[in-house]
Amino acid sequence: MSTTTTTRRLTMAQAISEATAQEMERDPRVFVMGEDVGKYGGIFSATTGLLDKFGPERVMDTPISETGFMGAALGAAAEGLRPISELMFVDFFGVCFDQIYNHIAKNHYMSGGACKYPLVITTGIGGGYNDAAQHSQCLYSIFAHVPGLKVVVPSNAYDAKGLMTSAIRDDNPVVFLYHKGIMGLSWMSYFEGSTNEVPEEQYTIPFGQARVVREGSDVTIVTLSQMVQKSVLAADKLAEEGISAEVLDLRTLVPLDRAAVLKSVKRTGRLLVADEDYLSYGLSGEIAALVAENIDTVRLKAPVRRLAVPDVPIPFSRPLENFAIPQVENIVASVRGLMTFKLDQ
Amino acid sequence: MEATAEQLLWMYEKMVEIREYEETMAKVYLEAKLPPKVQKGLAFDIGAGPVPGEMHLAAGQEPVAVGVCAHLRRDDTVVGAHRPHHFAIAKDVDLNAMTAEMYGKATGLGRGKGGHMHLFDPAVKFSCSGIVGAGAPQACGAALAAKKLGTDAVAIAFFGEGAANQGAFHEALNLAALWKLPVVFVVEDNKYGISVEKSASTAIASNADRAVAYGMPGVLVEKNDAVAVFEAAGVAVARARRGEGPTLIEVKTDRYFGHFQGDPETYRPKGEAKELRQHDPIPALGALLRSRDLLDDEADAALRARVSARVQAAYDFGRNSPYPEPQDALLHVFAE
Repeated sequence: MSTTTTTRRLTMAQAISEATAQEMERDPRVFVMGEDVGKYGGIFSATTGLLDKFGPERVMDTPISETGFMGAALGAAAEGLRPISELMFVDFFGVCFDQIYNHIAKNHYMSGGACKYPLVITTGIGGGYNDAAQHSQCLYSIFAHVPGLKVVVPSNAYDAKGLMTSAIRDDNPVVFLYHKGIMGLSWMSYFEGSTNEVPEEQYTIPFGQARVVREGSDVTIVTLSQMVQKSVLAADKLAEEGISAEVLDLRTLVPLDRAAVLKSVKRTGRLLVADEDYLSYGLSGEIAALVAENIDTVRLKAPVRRLAVPDVPIPFSRPLENFAIPQVENIVASVRGLMTFKLDQ
Repeated sequence: MEATAEQLLWMYEKMVEIREYEETMAKVYLEAKLPPKVQKGLAFDIGAGPVPGEMHLAAGQEPVAVGVCAHLRRDDTVVGAHRPHHFAIAKDVDLNAMTAEMYGKATGLGRGKGGHMHLFDPAVKFSCSGIVGAGAPQACGAALAAKKLGTDAVAIAFFGEGAANQGAFHEALNLAALWKLPVVFVVEDNKYGISVEKSASTAIASNADRAVAYGMPGVLVEKNDAVAVFEAAGVAVARARRGEGPTLIEVKTDRYFGHFQGDPETYRPKGEAKELRQHDPIPALGALLRSRDLLDDEADAALRARVSARVQAAYDFGRNSPYPEPQDALLHVFAE
């Protein structure tokens, strides 16, 4: 038996919008709210076309009032609706974090499982376009640090559609963070790889399943989001030098596919974590600790290496920003460094 | 809108129940908290005893809870604050499960995960929060849901006057007025935000005046009186149910206990709490009922016995229920 699947190339923004539209058609409880999600279609185009399809009752522009509408999303979810609430830039989370981490993340637990809060927070992350320290952060580790939030960080359109569909159907709060630099926006420079073939039909991608983007045998690069595209470019360069790098896209931070990380590192014996979030106390430390805790089963040929923003706010000026945010060349250099290591056995 | 005999009697019985509940808690809470020989620097072990953690009691503030909740149905939403018992009791939250929650028992509303500041009873749509002001936007969400689902349910956000200086309060009022949400914001002005007098935290005398800035009616109830609250709330709830939008109500009320149990209350003029009890709203409503031949000594005694039995049963249930298994701490992070 064969089924016909129609695919076309979509940008990540189009894929997210399509997933949302299809879920809104399927489930009348789903609605979207946030700043400029209506006529504008979302500053990063994540809601483009939705207002025309569903009207202002289901695609609601909000005041610039994040505490107000994040709290309202929680209140509506408690009543059985399934809000998608857009926080325009993740950098703005500070103005509404109480609603997110003290309520959205914790009320299910504090109710002993009696209450459910099925909602999705979508938000734009990442730098690379000189918007400086208040508009360029990733911050996903902060959300992943708080129990009760699922954290999704897609790297391409295909994944984004499947993960967004899963996020909307999940009975838990999900924070869905998309990197502006891979949304396929006409006004932002862009790394190839995130615009790809996406089926028209609905499909889901389960959370907690990392994806091997590129197989390799010498080193594992654990990464996510736009860093996936950079890592693939780095792997291409490394291949020219005879170094075979495996690129593992985590796709979700909560739940985290620990098994996939260990499986790959066991095979390659070398680990580089490539992250666009801050270095200290974050994702890269988490992955390094995971390997350290399993060092009895993982035979490393070199120390673990971490590449991340070196604990500085993201600077504005181009050479400064390029320095602060890990680039393809940095990944290449880090892997080269790993390959020269000789551990005494 | 005048209260019916039934509503007056309901409010009276609920106020008696809330008071009995809080006075009982004041005693139970102290159990084993004072060490046998008071150690230097340790006069009060907050985590000890059968009811651990902070405890914020609402005795004196009963009129606010019953005056509003007398207008509510089971499917109306109430979001309370960190001092939540009077609201919960007035909203008919399961008293046994609520009490068991304060004992940290497996039979509690949150199976011992929430405690007294975090009571969730979806059966009667009650929740509360330990974060000052946080409930106001959440009530907007419930009201938004009612609007979207096409019901005539309303949502109430209760909070103290201290919360009216939080950003969440102002954002919620704007959102509610903008979207004409069926929500009523009820500010309990008990004069103190923890220890700070309202005059030292708020530039205006009445938060009801703030309503005009958001384009909604603002009502000040100047007396800690159930009937007065009932009348103001009746207008506001009816307006919300008709789809005409939100109302802000501030009620001047009295807090008999400290901010929390164990509060040294150094900020309070000596004898103030005692003086406040001279104007107790419960006997006042009792007198009104008697003047209308709705209550006599016999009926009052029967009512009080009924309430005592209910409250005692709840405390017995809480005390005698089993603790959760320690490893149950790992459950309910996510819904399955």
